[in-house]
Amino acid sequence: MNSLKKCEDISKQLIAYLDRRANSADRHEVEEHLAACSACHARAAEFQKLWGALDALPAVEPSLGFDARLRSRIAEEPRRRWFGWLTLQPRLAFAMAMLLALSVWMGDMPRASNGGESVNTATEQDFEAIKDLGVLENYDVLSKFDALSEVPAEPSPADRQAQPVNQQNPDQQPPTQE
Amino acid sequence: MEHSGALQLYGNASVSYTVGAMVRSDVELMLQVKAGDDESFNLLLQKYRGPLINFLFRMVREQATAEDLAQEVFLRVYRARKQYSPSAKFTTWMFRIATNLALNSVRDNRHRQMDVSIDAPVEEDEAPIQLPTREMRIDEHMIERDRSEFIRRTIQALPEKQRVAVLLHKYEEMDYAEIAKILDCSESALKSLLFRAYETLRVQLAPLVNPAGQPVAQRAGKGGHNL
Repeated sequence: MNSLKKCEDISKQLIAYLDRRANSADRHEVEEHLAACSACHARAAEFQKLWGALDALPAVEPSLGFDARLRSRIAEEPRRRWFGWLTLQPRLAFAMAMLLALSVWMGDMPRASNGGESVNTATEQDFEAIKDLGVLENYDVLSKFDALSEVPAEPSPADRQAQPVNQQNPDQQPPTQE
Repeated sequence: MEHSGALQLYGNASVSYTVGAMVRSDVELMLQVKAGDDESFNLLLQKYRGPLINFLFRMVREQATAEDLAQEVFLRVYRARKQYSPSAKFTTWMFRIATNLALNSVRDNRHRQMDVSIDAPVEEDEAPIQLPTREMRIDEHMIERDRSEFIRRTIQALPEKQRVAVLLHKYEEMDYAEIAKILDCSESALKSLLFRAYETLRVQLAPLVNPAGQPVAQRAGKGGHNL
C-alpha cells in the first residue's frame, strides 16, 4: 500500500523527469523510486517509446498563398477600423445622426421676419383659390348653379369710390326717386 | 520556446528575416509593431506561422481550417498591437488566442457533424496527402500513412484540455509555466493532466509503443493509473 501511494505521488513528477525539466530534488526522488519499482520503471520506458512514436506525426507546410492572403487582409484593416470605431460608439453615432436631422429640419423651415404672418395668410388664400380653380373654370357648372344667383353682386369700383362719401356724412340720405 | 530551427529559408529575403528574428526578442518585435513597424510584424509571421499552423492542424485536422484559424490569430495580434503590453511572453498570448479559436472551431464542427449524422464516419481525405519519398517503398509508405493517421486520431480522441497540453508540450516544446498560463491552470494541475494524457496515449497506442503485446500497466494489473 505504501508502495502504491508512492507510485501515485511520483506520477506528477515522472513526465518532467523524462523530458529533463525536473529540478534536482525531484529528479533524485524519481530515480530512487524507479530503481525500486519495476512497474514504474517499465512505464517510464514506454513513455519514452511513446514520445518516439509521436514524433512520427508529420508536420504540414503552410500553403504558398498564406502570407499574401494575410497581408491583403491586413491592408483592409484601416477601413474596417473606421466602421468599427463608429459601431463601438453607438451614442456618438446616434448624436451625430440627430444633429444631422436637426440641421436638415432647420434648413427647411421658413425664416421668421416681420412680414411672416402676412406671407402665411397670402399662401392660404392662394391655396384656397387653387383648390377651387377646377370649379371656377367649369362654365357649365357655374351657369347652372342656382345658388350663385342669390349671392349679392359685388359693388362696382364706382360704388366703392362713392362709399367713403356716405361714410363721411352718415346723416345725409341718398336721393330717393319718388 | 525556440523555433529558429524550424524556419524555412527561401532566398536572401528569408535569411534576413531569420537573422532579424534572432537578433530581436519577440517582445521587442511586438513593441516595434505597436510603434507602427510592419516589418517587425513580418518577422513574427515568418517565425511563428509554421508552428502555429501545425498546432492548429493537429487540433482541427484540416489544413484549410488550420490556415484560416492561423490567419485569424495573426489578424487578432495585429489588431491588438496598440494595446500590447509585455506582461506575458508573446508565444503565451498568441497560443492562447490560437487555443481558444481551435476549441471553438472543433466544438462548432462537432455540432455540425451531429446535425448531419451522429454515426457519420470521419472522412479519409481530411489529412493532407503524404507523398512517398524516393527511398520508401509503396507498402512502407502505406504503413507510415496508417501509422500517422492512427496517432492523429488517438490524439484527437483525448479530452480537449489534455489534447492542448500534449500538443504544446510534445510538439511546441513549451515549458510548464507557459502551458499552464495558456490553459489557465496551476503547474501542478498541468503535470497531472499531462500524466493522464500520456497514460491514455500509451494504452491506446500500445501497438506502436510495445508491438510485442499489451502495455505494462495492463499486463501488471487493471487499468493504467495504478502505479
